[in-house]
Amino acid sequence: MKKITVRYFAIFREHAGLNEETLELDARTALDVFELTQNRHGSIEPTGHCKVAINDEMADWSSAVSDGDTVLLFPPVAGG
Amino acid sequence: MFEVSNERIDVEQLRKGIKNPKSGGVCIFEGWARNQNEGRTVRQLEYEVYEPLAALEGEKVIAEALQKFPFLEASCVHRSGLLEIGDCAVWVGVSSPHRDEAFKACRFIIDAIKIHLPIWKKEHYVDGDSGWVNCERCSNALSL
Repeated sequence: MKKITVRYFAIFREHAGLNEETLELDARTALDVFELTQNRHGSIEPTGHCKVAINDEMADWSSAVSDGDTVLLFPPVAGG
Repeated sequence: MFEVSNERIDVEQLRKGIKNPKSGGVCIFEGWARNQNEGRTVRQLEYEVYEPLAALEGEKVIAEALQKFPFLEASCVHRSGLLEIGDCAVWVGVSSPHRDEAFKACRFIIDAIKIHLPIWKKEHYVDGDSGWVNCERCSNALSL
């Protein structure tokens, strides 16, 4: 198990009802974190629509997560 | 230069900022808050921006544009917070010796900003409802 801080943005934050939380997760990748927190952010389809960052750096869903990491879950963006 | 601003965008000031004696022209794109989207009447827009990464990614976009379409000056500012209809939501300006690079770089920057930056738009409708743009799949998933 790894201690991971998960941050939620926009619609994910509204669904979760909080900005961030630190969880003990059995997660190997960013995708694992997304899936293990699905009951919080409410989305089931990250690939191609949502983005992820680890410790303030954009990452891929296959990126490895380590104990103490902060994983930022971004719903589909809509700038401009 | 890329910036996120919680204040009204001063387009005249930005225009002055990309002046260069070697430039023969400037191409400017302004994105405005409009009152209609997909058949609904919008009252206000709200932008949420994760600034640390938006600033970093915004600078990367401008650097990539400079490599592809060499220009002299470029600037981009994106709003955060609550916008009224007609407000400028995003401003992109590029000046270069000739128009071709300015047009192409300006188009590249606004397109990339919309795709890559952690920025989210919430529309507030006249009927009191509101919704996050592009997040229909997330909302639908909740009701599964």
